[in-house]
Amino acid sequence: MSWLRRNLFSSWPSSLATLLVLLLAWRLLPPLVDWAFLQAVWAPDSKACRAAQGACWGFIAEKHRFILFGTYPFEQHWRPALATLLLIALWGVSLVRAFWSWRLGAVWLAGLAAIGVLMWGGVFGLPFVENERWGGLILTLLLTTFGLAAAFPLSILVALGRRSDLPAVRALCVVYIELIRGVPLISLLFMASVMLPLFLPAGVTIDKLLRAQIALILFAAAYLAEVVRGGLQAIPRSQYEAAAAIGLGYWGQMGYVILPQALRIAVPPLVNTFIGFFKDTSLVLIIGLFDLLSTIKVSLTDPAWTGFGIEAYVFASLVYFAFCFVLSRYSRRFEVKPSPAHAAERLA
Amino acid sequence: MNARTLKRIAIQAAALAAAALVVWFLAHNTLANLEARRIASGFGFLQREAGFEIGESFFLRYSASDTYLRALAVGVTNTLGVAAIGIVLATVLGAAIGLARLSANLLLRSVAGAYVEFVRNTPLLVQLFFWYALITEILPHPRAALEPLPGVFLSNRGFVFPTLTSTPVLEGFNFAGGMALSPEFAALLLGLVVYTAAFIAEIVRAGVLSVSRAQWDAGHAIGLTRRQALRYVVMPQALRVIVPPMASQYLNLTKNSSLAVAIGFPDLVSIANTTINQTGQAIEGVAIIMAVYLTISLSISAFMNWYNARIMLK
Repeated sequence: MSWLRRNLFSSWPSSLATLLVLLLAWRLLPPLVDWAFLQAVWAPDSKACRAAQGACWGFIAEKHRFILFGTYPFEQHWRPALATLLLIALWGVSLVRAFWSWRLGAVWLAGLAAIGVLMWGGVFGLPFVENERWGGLILTLLLTTFGLAAAFPLSILVALGRRSDLPAVRALCVVYIELIRGVPLISLLFMASVMLPLFLPAGVTIDKLLRAQIALILFAAAYLAEVVRGGLQAIPRSQYEAAAAIGLGYWGQMGYVILPQALRIAVPPLVNTFIGFFKDTSLVLIIGLFDLLSTIKVSLTDPAWTGFGIEAYVFASLVYFAFCFVLSRYSRRFEVKPSPAHAAERLA
Repeated sequence: MNARTLKRIAIQAAALAAAALVVWFLAHNTLANLEARRIASGFGFLQREAGFEIGESFFLRYSASDTYLRALAVGVTNTLGVAAIGIVLATVLGAAIGLARLSANLLLRSVAGAYVEFVRNTPLLVQLFFWYALITEILPHPRAALEPLPGVFLSNRGFVFPTLTSTPVLEGFNFAGGMALSPEFAALLLGLVVYTAAFIAEIVRAGVLSVSRAQWDAGHAIGLTRRQALRYVVMPQALRVIVPPMASQYLNLTKNSSLAVAIGFPDLVSIANTTINQTGQAIEGVAIIMAVYLTISLSISAFMNWYNARIMLK
């Protein structure tokens, strides 16, 4: 009783808010549950869906192969499925702090090689599949993984460059960061899809997937560089001086003393940037790549299944949410706990 | 000149030379490619007739016989319009949700928390498609439009509001009079506001939490209520923490408005894209997009820096 009083009815405005939320829930939840579960159609039958009052989850049931694997040859779907699981496992292992060592890099190389063999094939009796036919969840995950893998080292260099005491190097890094951060990602993707072919010598062509990947890498590196810079700025001056005092050169100071501390501090904002980047890969839909969101949108153009957009996008958001939520919970574990002095101040 | 200075100069010269080489390489290839494809470069095409219709234009009158320049200007005003309205609404909604997350009321706090978690962890593009599908698939056609408030009609052809001078009436298959929002505009605005508000809520929450507990107590000690303490003691201090990240959220909202191209609202990117497809002037088109967004970005950050300097402790 006292719990209720304290948490829900502590004052007049608070009681009013409680009643208002309860009223809304009472009005909205029953029809929502009705739509999503009780009246929903789960079987892949578009006639039943059209007749029903509720949601048509049958759409997802019917289209799940295309949504997950895009136009990959149907009888070979086990290959992207296995590659997806492998990639998720690699990410999972990388989140465990106990595994953070140079050996993890070797595991990643082996894992990515296996994924490459699975996806492309052409060896071990697997038929070759060109990357124009890759699509769905694995494409989203691959764009994210390779984007971050290439952007992260680049971002460290750019962040160091921006903090450098060489004016020309600093200026180049500032121009790069501000130029990329000042324009929308979609304009970079347009640039990659329509302008990159003009940038290259005659006769050299890069396929669309790689072009989008390059734009994503340049984009991610600028944002990650600012996060890394935040970490670098948090390191006290005395650490730089101590590193110089024991006779290390610039790269020694950075590599052995400054970066290990700066990156540790930057883990929560880095993971948040990773999450943002994962969500941003959905923009490749606009330049016509078959990522997860794109396969869902294309599924809706099937005449038998038009008009189930709400179900389709609810499903899409749940898939993205599952990945992002796990990562965001994870990054929260690394947030710096309030210091004892701060805690005492809050108690007082 | 000692060895150290020489080394510094050498490194910088090498960096500049590398950058110049990359730029030269790209420019050289581009010129050669343009030559080979017989594409005339330059902005002369801006004066030619655009020949395409634009669904909606807020401030400028436009017809298909106008120039590309005018079409792009319509795009810029549409982008600025949706960004300005979006920033105001997202700030209000975000501040309300951020404060709700700090409420003593458990129910309010949890609802606000769930909102923030869900919205922040799904892509904006999915949310835009969702709102667009919601408006066009669930809402009835204009003849059976919902009327939640007198004169306000919601239908799958968009939202209609009464203005001071005219009230909407149903004529044939759609409404006439009043102020109409197309489904594209409504979905874009809704998506941008709902998405950005979740990020703003977190900034407001962190800002208020950054003010020490003792400040609240001091407020209570001089006889202020919880609300007054928030208004006169805590908020002025929290604002100093809130403003800098808020600036980057406003920038994000403006840049994110470019996703309009995916649901068919004619913003700058969408119109520039049409222009590129019709004229083949890809470099000029992308350059215009980037120049406009860079100008907007730099203006917003200049304004926020000015505001930030104003509320700083003197």
